[in-house]
Amino acid sequence: MSKSIQQIQEEIIDEFSMFDDWMQRYEYMIELGKSLPLIDEKYKIEENLIKGCQSKVWVHAELNGEKLEFTADSDAIITKGIVAILIRAFSGHHPSDILEADTQFIDEIGLKEHLSPTRANGLVSMIKQLKMYAIAYQTQLK
Amino acid sequence: MSTATEVLEYSVEKVREDFPILKREINGYPLVYFDNAATSQTPQQVIDVIADYYSNYNANIHRGVHALSQEATDKYEHARHTIQKHFNAEKAHEIIFTSGTTHGINLVANGFASLLKKGDEIIVSALEHHSNIVPWQILAEKTGAILKVIPMNQEGELIYPAFEELLSEKTKLVFLNHVSNALGTVNPIEKIITKAHEYDAAVLVDGAQAAPHIKADVQALDVDFYVVSAHKMCGPTGVGMLYGKEKWLNKLPPYQGGGEMIATVTFEETTYADLPHKFEAGTPNICGGIAFGAALDYMNTVGFDKIAAYEEELLHYATKKLLEIDGMEIYGVSKEKTAVISFNINGMHPYDIGTILDKLGIAVRTGHHCAQPIMDFYKIPGTVRASFSFYNTKEEIDAFIKAVIKAKTMLA
Ligand SMILES: Cc1ncc(COP(=O)(O)O)c(C=O)c1O
Repeated sequence: MSKSIQQIQEEIIDEFSMFDDWMQRYEYMIELGKSLPLIDEKYKIEENLIKGCQSKVWVHAELNGEKLEFTADSDAIITKGIVAILIRAFSGHHPSDILEADTQFIDEIGLKEHLSPTRANGLVSMIKQLKMYAIAYQTQLK
Repeated sequence: MSTATEVLEYSVEKVREDFPILKREINGYPLVYFDNAATSQTPQQVIDVIADYYSNYNANIHRGVHALSQEATDKYEHARHTIQKHFNAEKAHEIIFTSGTTHGINLVANGFASLLKKGDEIIVSALEHHSNIVPWQILAEKTGAILKVIPMNQEGELIYPAFEELLSEKTKLVFLNHVSNALGTVNPIEKIITKAHEYDAAVLVDGAQAAPHIKADVQALDVDFYVVSAHKMCGPTGVGMLYGKEKWLNKLPPYQGGGEMIATVTFEETTYADLPHKFEAGTPNICGGIAFGAALDYMNTVGFDKIAAYEEELLHYATKKLLEIDGMEIYGVSKEKTAVISFNINGMHPYDIGTILDKLGIAVRTGHHCAQPIMDFYKIPGTVRASFSFYNTKEEIDAFIKAVIKAKTMLA
């Protein structure tokens, strides 16, 4: 039985609760950002690019059975760290589960400011894009 | 120490007491505000003027018979005179209140639509704020005029001989900034204005980044138009000025129609009001205009000579310290520059550096600084830009350097 989005989010909250201050959280995120090859180079193309003004974010979606899988990347490492967290939570689930899920956990792990609509990092648009893919594939699955 | 030198001495501690915001903490650290090129902070003296306006004499201007309206009108017109004196304009009506630099540029660009014809040429510099290139592109499209660009060199300076080559009888207008917002380069506007005038071309100078550091004398410069924003020089947002030589302002048609800008209106014909009202349609930012005047008074009391000398000291100090950091690349190294440092480290993303600096209470700007052509020239996505003001200190620079090193270690 694979974990639900909710369960994964709780796991992430758990992990982050070990850190005492922002610096440790950021160091962890930067580690996440560095260690993960998030997207196949061939998908880092203009069509998959979400323009966030300052940092660029690429998202690619693929249906695997009934599960929607995402890969993504960013040219800024902190943004990439958060991208990695979001992908971990959202990728590999049924489109309707993805549609229902929220991003409240980002707030709980102390990274809320990165999902502010006024922050020019492309993450808000990226989440919108994940949901758009979920809508599109949900229709396809029906 | 003699009393004479004491008078000349500049006390940053004393100046800092005028700025309440500088006492703020951000994320548990004392605020270090190095985003002055985007907007400057406001001294209590200006905040008081804003509060006084709304507390005591808020009224519409130029139209009332009553006392408040008269008082507001007097103060607003007094501010115009303060601005006139500051920039040494010959006449008060050559000072047009605008909502800021962008408005002033659009006003002039729009006015030139009726003066240009197909094949005429407009010269702009490669160092422009890119949103300010758009009005000229629109103008060129509307009139069939051709846009030419003065190129820049690796140091971030305009290549003057290339400008001379672009000039011809076809040149009708030259537009450039006095100081580049992305790099801080001070452009040789005196030379450019003199040369452009040999061809009877008008010159519009964007003084947004210069005005907080350099007191421009529009008559000595012989510039045709000069535009600034109050919010970059200790004033409020949403107000600025356009200086235009009377002969040019008379030639340009009004930009917007509305109240204030008309003399008589019938359905057959409207005659426009005299300068400056012809360009000031509608109820202006009255409080903002008055506060703009107060901001200039404040800066002049501190003294532009002292401001320039002190900021130069900060610039040299910060540049030297930054260059001690391995992998540091500073963009814009002209000898003539204001207290702005644009940099990158070892290919690290400016956004990442800016994010960590913010966590440490330090406000800088990251990104392309609305100067995409300059970023393209250096083939970089953007830079981190620290811009200093006369209320910043060397201790703040030390905190900033420490934070940059911290960011570098975290991101490496
Ligand atoms: C050189 C330059 N011109 C124009 C502007 C635009 O000023 P405003 O937004 O006040 O109209 C700026 C502001 O960043 C600037 O730096």
